Amino acid sequence: MTDASMQSPETGRHAVSLTAADPRTIKRANAEKRFRAYGIIAIATGLFFLIVLFASILSQGIPAFQRTVVSVDFTLTPQQQEEAEGTLFKTKAYSDLFIAELNAELAERGITVDFDEAAIERLLGKVGGTIRTFYADNPDKLGEPIGFDLTASSRVDGYFKGRVSRDTLQDSRFLQLSDLDLVDALEEAGIIKQVFNWPFITGADSGVDNPGGAGIGASVVGSFFMMLVVLGLSLPIGVAASIYLEEFAPQNKFTDLIEVNISNLAAVPSIVFGILGLAVFIQFMHLPQSAPLVGGLVLTLMTLPTIIISTRASLKAVPPSIRDAALGVGASKMQAVFHHVLPLAAPGILTGTIIGLAQALGETAPLLLIGMVGFVARGYPDGFLAGFTEPNSAMPAQIYTWAARADVGFYEKAWGGIIILLMFLLTMNIIAIILRRRFERRW
Amino acid sequence: MPIIWLFLIVIAISAIGYLLGRSRALQSAGGDSRNLHSLPTFYGANVALKTVIPAFGLLIVWLLVQPLYVNSQVSEMIPDTAVKEGSSRSLVMAEVRRTADGLNNAVARGLLSETEAANPNADSAEVTQLLKEAGQVVTSDISKPVLLAAQKHRVMNATGYSVMTVAIILVALAGAVFSWFQTHSEYRARNVVEQGVRVLLLAAASIAILTTIGIVLSLVFNTWEFFKLYPASEFFFGTTWAPSFSGRGGASDLGIIPLLWGTFYISLVALLVAVPIGLFAAIYLSEYASPRVRAFAKPLLEVLAGIPTIVYGLFALLTVGPLLLGIFGDNGLGWMKAGTAVMTAGLVMGIMLIPFVSSLSDDIINAVPQAMRDGSYGLGATQSETIRQVVLPAALPGIVGAILLAASRAIGETMIVVLGAGAAARLDLNPFEAMTTVTAKIVSQLTGDADFASPEALVAFALGMTLFVLTLGLNIFALYIVRKYREQYE
Repeated sequence: MTDASMQSPETGRHAVSLTAADPRTIKRANAEKRFRAYGIIAIATGLFFLIVLFASILSQGIPAFQRTVVSVDFTLTPQQQEEAEGTLFKTKAYSDLFIAELNAELAERGITVDFDEAAIERLLGKVGGTIRTFYADNPDKLGEPIGFDLTASSRVDGYFKGRVSRDTLQDSRFLQLSDLDLVDALEEAGIIKQVFNWPFITGADSGVDNPGGAGIGASVVGSFFMMLVVLGLSLPIGVAASIYLEEFAPQNKFTDLIEVNISNLAAVPSIVFGILGLAVFIQFMHLPQSAPLVGGLVLTLMTLPTIIISTRASLKAVPPSIRDAALGVGASKMQAVFHHVLPLAAPGILTGTIIGLAQALGETAPLLLIGMVGFVARGYPDGFLAGFTEPNSAMPAQIYTWAARADVGFYEKAWGGIIILLMFLLTMNIIAIILRRRFERRW
Repeated sequence: MPIIWLFLIVIAISAIGYLLGRSRALQSAGGDSRNLHSLPTFYGANVALKTVIPAFGLLIVWLLVQPLYVNSQVSEMIPDTAVKEGSSRSLVMAEVRRTADGLNNAVARGLLSETEAANPNADSAEVTQLLKEAGQVVTSDISKPVLLAAQKHRVMNATGYSVMTVAIILVALAGAVFSWFQTHSEYRARNVVEQGVRVLLLAAASIAILTTIGIVLSLVFNTWEFFKLYPASEFFFGTTWAPSFSGRGGASDLGIIPLLWGTFYISLVALLVAVPIGLFAAIYLSEYASPRVRAFAKPLLEVLAGIPTIVYGLFALLTVGPLLLGIFGDNGLGWMKAGTAVMTAGLVMGIMLIPFVSSLSDDIINAVPQAMRDGSYGLGATQSETIRQVVLPAALPGIVGAILLAASRAIGETMIVVLGAGAAARLDLNPFEAMTTVTAKIVSQLTGDADFASPEALVAFALGMTLFVLTLGLNIFALYIVRKYREQYE
């Protein structure tokens, strides 16, 4: 019986030894290996992209957290102030005093370098004006030594960070080759140095020609107010809608319509929500333009489907026995849901909400359409309520504005802003994961 | 901010109503809650709901209607002669609103007394100067009719808001008093409250429908306006995109074909990157990977989906663009002129879509019943043969659905193309050429200086409409395929 199958004349495969693989088996085994390798290559490529992305964020963003300052101890006596105020060019008098002070400090350390007022202005901007305003605002500081930390211009900053080098620098009104000698001398004396860039974290956006002074603080506040609106609206509305659909909705056309709408809205491009915000909230309702309130409303509509989908999943995960037990001891349907099902589903709902908020926090396109671009973030709002209605920006929109500017100095700020944005997102996601691990019940 | 105060006042009335309603119910039952139809809290909630819901309903309606009414009344006041050549009534009305805001600010800061602000004989040049000093952005000198209209606008709004405040407080009080009188031990408070809560829940669920209606109406209405100014056939079939920069008038060519071409080309490149990588990653993760590798690689790949698109945009502009320019630019192969190109945007968008394709395909491949694999192994097929000849054909409809969903994401993606693809609308086959997309042009047309009533701005709504229809169609088709497939095995 077995003989018959042994003698298959077409292949003649069984003529070869059983211990050595025949060519066809080798081919098939190789195909198997290749196929497996494709899978590994695909995953490796994906992870490689992830690594490249994070490496470029970190390598280009971290310098944004450093700034170059010239720190000089400066003393102004009341007489000197009086004299300076008496001259015709008041700020010039102050900057002369500053230069004298700087020369004295350099001489003290035994370093000699030639520089003039124009060089100081290229390095530090209008020093005289800064000093004059400081003493005008703080007259009680007269006569005491004050440590001034003066921000160096963005080109000098770039020289320290490798953006500007001696070989490529061309003399311009911004920086000249001779100024770098002064910078080197100051660095040797320890007067010019790099410090942690607090103004970047706490400051507001600056003008297009001043990348050094740009900060992300004001737009973080804008994002914060937007997230308050999103949280305050999308959580109650999303939970209410999910409870209705999951627990009360009858099977009819209207319920179907709602369900279809929710799943379609989840896939509508975010920019279409921006158009909606522009047309309905700004053109039709005349709500203030560029206000975090409007941004929050648009993002609420955008995140609602996400929150509804995850809330429904966690309501569905609560076993029906809980509802039955509540109904059995005489609770109404409403009481069963609000007293028993909802608290049990709460960790899942919170997790979904936080993930929805994280999505909303990173969204840019709709905000651009309602005017929340970076350059409106020029300062902090005047109070809590004003925070909702005063024009402001949001973190991603601020990053976009920096990326779209011509000055290379802003790119560093954009990368730095991304690090801050990603830190917020990371924190939110970690909180969500912890909530899920700690409180989610498996039935 | 008077509305927040109004809000708090209504809340306070309802809180007091809650307490009073609860105690009245208990009183009517002789202090013994067993004699009540419902729990005492339901009587309180009954009063509170009947205070809050009508009052807030009225507030919302009032806030929507009043600006429309005031605008139409004030708009009638402006004579046609006050609308300058090349301007439009809506622009003049915007000026009126700005002036009215400015007057309000000036009064609030004490620069202007209430009577001066309302003085119809005020000198308009003087007022302009004053508003500029008050920090109000006034674009041009305020003309006499605009000033008069602004004063009227201001007065009407102020009266409207005072009437609204009174009306809403009255409605809240009336609701509270009415439901307080309703309260007695026989009243079925629980049924009423639960019915009310149910209606609120239904209202919340209906917001999804309202949003869709809002999107469709705002798109259709403005697209209609656009087609009144610009012929639809030229929009849909025009092959040049060259909006004039002056903002109004002039000859603008607003053909959508180059934008659609850019959109499809970039999406195609993105899918060419994302589909093979995503699909093979999904196959490996679901069929070959050990649980440990899977637990490690799957979340890491999904991190790519959680990164905001602005990050990818910057990555395209500042990392990938210069990198590609180094290889394909003038110093290399000479195909590429600038860092922003179809290839740059497509490549980065592909990276973004990898987890999208891989997670969806992973789910679908996992849903293929094990029995089918076992059958194939039993016939002597190797693992890869089983995957290629059994698992993938079975999962194909679902995978096609996943790819369509990814395609709809690619078409609707904005920030990557705004930063990475360039701004020039072009019909070209070279993937290293800068092109632009529908979404990028929506952003640039609506964030520019163009007047809202001009075709250059309104075209954005027509573009949005096209985008909405395209992505919606793709999604419905994809979900249809996925759903149809799922029914086969479950």
